[in-house]
Amino acid sequence: MGASKASVVTVSLRRESPGGRAGGQFWSLVQGLGTAVLPNTAGCHTARDAVTTAQLAREVFGTDWIKLEVIGNHDTLQLHVFELVEAARILSGDGFSVFPYTTDDLVVAERLLDAGCQVLMPWCAPIGSAQGPRDMAALRTLRSHLPGVPLIVDAGIGRPSHAAAVMELGYDAVLLNTAVAQAKDPVAMAVGFAQAVEAGRQGFGAGLLEPRDMAVPSTPLIGRAVFT
Amino acid sequence: MKVIVNGEAWEVAAASLAELLTELDWRGDWLATAHNGQVVPAGERAHCRMAEGDRVEILSPMKGG
Repeated sequence: MGASKASVVTVSLRRESPGGRAGGQFWSLVQGLGTAVLPNTAGCHTARDAVTTAQLAREVFGTDWIKLEVIGNHDTLQLHVFELVEAARILSGDGFSVFPYTTDDLVVAERLLDAGCQVLMPWCAPIGSAQGPRDMAALRTLRSHLPGVPLIVDAGIGRPSHAAAVMELGYDAVLLNTAVAQAKDPVAMAVGFAQAVEAGRQGFGAGLLEPRDMAVPSTPLIGRAVFT
Repeated sequence: MKVIVNGEAWEVAAASLAELLTELDWRGDWLATAHNGQVVPAGERAHCRMAEGDRVEILSPMKGG
C-alpha cells in the first residue's frame, strides 16, 4: 500500500467463522494504513443484496462510501447495469456516496449520475483479466462527455502501461488489485504502478500530441549544411 | 431451537441475536449482522428476538478489490 502511494483502499465483507479473529486482525491492519476506506459489494447479484451489503459495510467500516458492484453473469463477471442503477438510486437516497463499478457505456453512466452518483468507475476489461483497455474509444467518449465527473478505471488493468494509458486520457485514478497482488514481487509492481499513474497524469496535463499520418522533422531544415 | 447461521444449521438456546453471538463464540466490534435479510446494528442485537428457522448472517472485514 505504501509503495503504490494509493490514497484509497477497498475492503469487503465475508462470513466469519465462530471464534474467528481474522477479520478483526485484517481491519486493524487497514486502519493502521491511514488511507481512506472504500468498502465494496463484491459478489452481489441483485440490487437488494447490494443494498443490504452496503448497509452492513457502513455499520462495520463507519463510512458512507460504497463501491457498488452488482454482477450479472457468473462466468464473465459482467455487471448487471439495470440492478446497478436501481441499487445506486436506493443507496444515494439513503445517504451513501456511491462509487459504481460500471461498463464504459455512456448512457448507463448518465443514468448512474441521474441516480445520484458523483463518481463513476468504468471497467476497461473484465475483472481480473489483466487485458488492459479493450476499447480506448469508449473510454475517451466517457471522458469527453463527462468533463466534471471524477472517473476511475476499475477492473481489467494488468500492467503499469495500462494504467498510464488511461491516465493519459484524463482519467482521475485507477483501481486495481490483482495486477499487484499476484505479481511475483507485489511491492516492486506497486512502485511500477505508482510511477505509471504519475507519468500518465503528467502527460495528460502537459498536453499530448495527436498522432499524424506524415513524418515531421524535429530538427529545423533551415541552416542545414550543404557539402556537395 | 434450530437456526441457520452463515448457511449452517445450529441448535441454540439464545433468545436474542446478542445472546446467539455469545453462545456460538462470535466476538469483536468488527462484526456485521443481518437477521432474516435485515441489517441489525450492534446496538440493536439485544432487542432482536430469535425464532425457529431464523436466518442469520455474521460478516467480517476481508480483502478484495
